[in-house]
Amino acid sequence: MHIPDGYLGPQTYLPLYGVSIGFWAIAQKKLKKQLSLKHVPYLAMAAAFSFLIMMFNIPIPGGTTGHAVGATIIAILLGPWTAVLSVSVVLIIQALLFGDGGITAVGANCFNMAIVMPFVSYWIFKLIKGKAAGGERLAVAAFLAGYLGLVVAALVTAFEFGIQPLIATGANGRPLYAPYPLSVAMPAMILEHLFPFGIVEGLVTMLLLKYFLKHEPDLVYAVSDSSMNK
Amino acid sequence: MIRFQKKLWIGLLIMALLTPLGILVPETFKAGDAWGEWGIEKLEKLLGYVPEGLRKLADFWKAPIPDYNFGGEGASMTLQVVSYIVSGLLGIGICAFVVYVVSRFIARHGK
Repeated sequence: MHIPDGYLGPQTYLPLYGVSIGFWAIAQKKLKKQLSLKHVPYLAMAAAFSFLIMMFNIPIPGGTTGHAVGATIIAILLGPWTAVLSVSVVLIIQALLFGDGGITAVGANCFNMAIVMPFVSYWIFKLIKGKAAGGERLAVAAFLAGYLGLVVAALVTAFEFGIQPLIATGANGRPLYAPYPLSVAMPAMILEHLFPFGIVEGLVTMLLLKYFLKHEPDLVYAVSDSSMNK
Repeated sequence: MIRFQKKLWIGLLIMALLTPLGILVPETFKAGDAWGEWGIEKLEKLLGYVPEGLRKLADFWKAPIPDYNFGGEGASMTLQVVSYIVSGLLGIGICAFVVYVVSRFIARHGK
């Protein structure tokens, strides 16, 4: 889901830089109010986790590869604004150091994986969880939050790819940037994230939430509001 | 560092050592690039041409360790596996450090 340089034209990547910078500014303000020092080591670990899980490429035999992002479990454990900060840092370092995702596309990639994904995941988790404090319902909420969070992130990414031929074509009528239209990009990216990649994000989220609820329940932001202020 | 955090770090280190699965498993199943992340050459094969704007922007940045691989495109699988683990360790070190510094700065200036 890391858009490389060249796949998005400036009409797309510049506004998305603007949006991401706006969210980073709000994240900084929100975290200034709610982040306590004892959570700082966990934020560092959350970033490390997200970096690593994106290295585990999952194959579709004979086809493409994809991976989980880790943004959902970070949003549930430490809050969505924390996920914005930590996953954005990961994406920027991946682009700068490892060429995974473009530099011009950093704004877009952060918007898709570090903003859309944690917030969609967090809302879905809260919605399904309701007032439950444990048990099956929480597990289902965690799974679906990860699953749908990744699928929606893929959908938004596919939309960015798919509008390129509509926005910019050269003198010969050929697309200037990402060449495939919405009718190709959307099904290709949504289907592969519905199965199998989304399943992996869902399972990782569910299992890790279970682990943290068992060993460090106070840490779970989305369950115990006492761990951080709202 | 409290014991629970130590345990989590050990988990992350084990994860880093396992990262080569992320290149070996796709190789076994003959799975290639992620959708929309093809290089220029692959794109030319797929389309018969390279979009002009894409070609201009594609080399915008030369990453020091492209594709988490120290050996370049012709690298042996062994070198790729070693590069991948080293990249993983380097990556988590840098990400954790940057997030630690940034969030510590934010938290300190708050309550």
